[in-house]
Amino acid sequence: MSIEVKMAWRNLWRNTRRTVLTIAAIAFACLLLVFMLSWQFGTYDVMINTAVGIHSGHLQVQAKGYNDKQAVYQVVPDPASVSAAVAGVPQVTAHTLRAKAFAMASSARRTYGAMAVGIAPASEAAVSTLAKLIFEGEFLAKTDTDQALAGRLLAQNLKIGLGEELVLLGQGRDGSVAATVVKIKGIINSGQDVFDRSTVLIPLGLFQESFAMQGTVHEVVLRCRSLQDVAPVKLQLQDKLAAQIKSDTLVVLDWTELMPGLLESIKLDLVSGFIFYFILIIVVAFSILNTFLMSVFERTREFGVMLAMGTTPGRLTRILLFESSSMTLIGILIGALAGAAVTQYFAVHGIAIADAAEILREFGLPERIHPRLSILSVTIGSGIVLVITFTTTLYPAFKVRRLIPVQALRA
Amino acid sequence: MNMHVQIGWRNIWRNPKRTAVILTAIIIGVWSMIFLSGLMRGIADQMVRNGISNLTGHLQLHPHHYRRDPSVDHRISDAERLAAVLRQNLPAGAVWSRRVRVNAVAGNARHSSGVTLVGIDPAKEAQLSFVSSAITRGRYLRSGDNRGIIVGKALLAKYETRLGRKLVLMSQDATGEISSRAFRITGVFQTELKATEKQFVFVNLTAVQKMLQIDSAISEIAVLLPSHQQADAVAGQLRQALAEHKIDVSTWQDLLPLVKATIKIYDSFIFLWFLVVFIAMGFGIVNTTLMAVFERIREFGLLKALGMRPGWIMRMVLTESLFLLMLGLLAGNLLGMLSIYALAETGIDLSAFAAGLEFVGMGRIIFPVVQIRDVVGANLVVVVLGLAVSAYPAYKAAHFTPVQALTHT
Repeated sequence: MSIEVKMAWRNLWRNTRRTVLTIAAIAFACLLLVFMLSWQFGTYDVMINTAVGIHSGHLQVQAKGYNDKQAVYQVVPDPASVSAAVAGVPQVTAHTLRAKAFAMASSARRTYGAMAVGIAPASEAAVSTLAKLIFEGEFLAKTDTDQALAGRLLAQNLKIGLGEELVLLGQGRDGSVAATVVKIKGIINSGQDVFDRSTVLIPLGLFQESFAMQGTVHEVVLRCRSLQDVAPVKLQLQDKLAAQIKSDTLVVLDWTELMPGLLESIKLDLVSGFIFYFILIIVVAFSILNTFLMSVFERTREFGVMLAMGTTPGRLTRILLFESSSMTLIGILIGALAGAAVTQYFAVHGIAIADAAEILREFGLPERIHPRLSILSVTIGSGIVLVITFTTTLYPAFKVRRLIPVQALRA
Repeated sequence: MNMHVQIGWRNIWRNPKRTAVILTAIIIGVWSMIFLSGLMRGIADQMVRNGISNLTGHLQLHPHHYRRDPSVDHRISDAERLAAVLRQNLPAGAVWSRRVRVNAVAGNARHSSGVTLVGIDPAKEAQLSFVSSAITRGRYLRSGDNRGIIVGKALLAKYETRLGRKLVLMSQDATGEISSRAFRITGVFQTELKATEKQFVFVNLTAVQKMLQIDSAISEIAVLLPSHQQADAVAGQLRQALAEHKIDVSTWQDLLPLVKATIKIYDSFIFLWFLVVFIAMGFGIVNTTLMAVFERIREFGLLKALGMRPGWIMRMVLTESLFLLMLGLLAGNLLGMLSIYALAETGIDLSAFAAGLEFVGMGRIIFPVVQIRDVVGANLVVVVLGLAVSAYPAYKAAHFTPVQALTHT
């Protein structure tokens, strides 16, 4: 061990109380950041997975312009060939077909506007979480022809229960009147009011027949192995569609394009989070700057002696930097470990926020939030603290080089 | 006491650099408390105002069951008697308006979807909700104009239609039949949130009443009070007066549970932020005060040898911390207020995140709002906890024995 490291280490413990307090300040900041970032990343994951699970899937193939207008005539004309193209992509775990149209839903007593969605029950269950959101009754089966699932709030508004009849009246692909009668087989509760208030799910076959779809659909919905696969799959699929189908009327959209608000609200949350963290660390930095400054100023005579005996200013700077960086590193280490421990505890047990259940539900979050410990949250949290505190320590370490031995000895 | 003040003040300037550094920490901390809580209050305030002008008002009166099942089946037929009760019980300056509000389907050749059809009394409605002032094209409804309809800009785009074109509204009438009526788009409104523009369409009250065959019945009365703080008191009074009318009286907090919950979360978040920032600067305060105490051990020993009591020394050290805290608070508050004042006119434009803001229901421009209790809270946290953590160094200083202190080099 070089002499500098040894001296720095001993200097550190000449004033135990001060060193401990400084380390504690750094550890506190680091702990807080690790925890908060894990919290944020954890909620984002759940938000994205819920939204992707209920609404969009990871990717969709649609007719160009359908995403903006959602008009019933904007169809994917040959879903079988798109299916074939999708099936050849290894990262895609499942895909399903959907068709959607606005319809008037009438029970015996009430009429409400609703979004009728035709789904293929078997593949839908593999792609989305809809099958798991059954509140009452059962999910559609492959053999069902005139059964339907209604959102919980819609069923409540329509005053309709299991087994009762529902009339759907809308406009078909060719402008004709689309009408059909279905029986309620199940009630769906996603927790997201807009969805639960407006959705009726019916078998795709029935939809195609009633809405004059002639075998076409509106969306081919894909689920990938993970979020990371989305970008490469999208590129691959775009090429395939262009080559195999030779059609420029189809587009491949990923979940960020299908739900632009979601990603941006996450960005917004992240940015505002970082503003808070940044201010916090600046406060911590000034809090500990005094420790570093004082440990230099109160030793002016000592440095004078060392300089007079021939210690180079470079060596003094190195000693001081070793001192401050070991304090910083110890603080960050303790903070990161404690932060990880606290995070892990809550990752297992979850945190309930009083009175927030309703807000959380709107964003597809459960009542108890589980922060998610990840390499990313630990390294980003520690990294920010490291950079800012280390910058703080540079000033005193370089200031010492300007000492003149004679003056320093008189101090 | 005077002596303590004088000595304390001089002591903190014995080492100006050290004092400046710790003051900077306190000032940034206090500034962030004031400024960021101002921003968060601004966001919350905007949510409340958006919510209230978004057809909520401060109070709403509905027939029993309407809120759970908002259909034409639940309606108030004796609106005149209700108006009489309101006239008696509402404070001066309050305005109210009658509405029929039902779910409906709006359609044209290109598109159809579900909307909320609101029948309004144009003159009265103008006094209490956003509609009349949000018209960007065409004109607002005129009373007696039973064919006109006002729609949102986003709805216009979705239906690929324009001013002067027809829009057909369908809804269930009092007999349970679907009744439909064609309206002509006479005005277009624009709001912060696209969802609002797509959801609401406005027509004359009498037009809806005719369409739904409900004579002069209504489904809600919205009340705007001179101040939203009066909502609870007035609601209580109205509930009593309307006891036998089968009317539900709800305040804006009942009607906007999400906004209410958000405000609560912000409350706790702001307090937590105060605490966290304080802890961050607390380490600095303790360390700085400790240093200031330890380098003066000999001085304290001397004072004690001369007969100064430990309590006086403690008071002296605490006075020094108090000066530090006060100076930091003064500058921090001032900076916080200045930055809020600077943004009061223009606000902070978050348009870069427009889709995200829409998603969480926030407006695009945030105007910070100062709440006295946040400012008081921030200052109290800093002074009280600041003195509490300085007690340790002060106690240390007071309990060196003279011999210990004088032999210390």
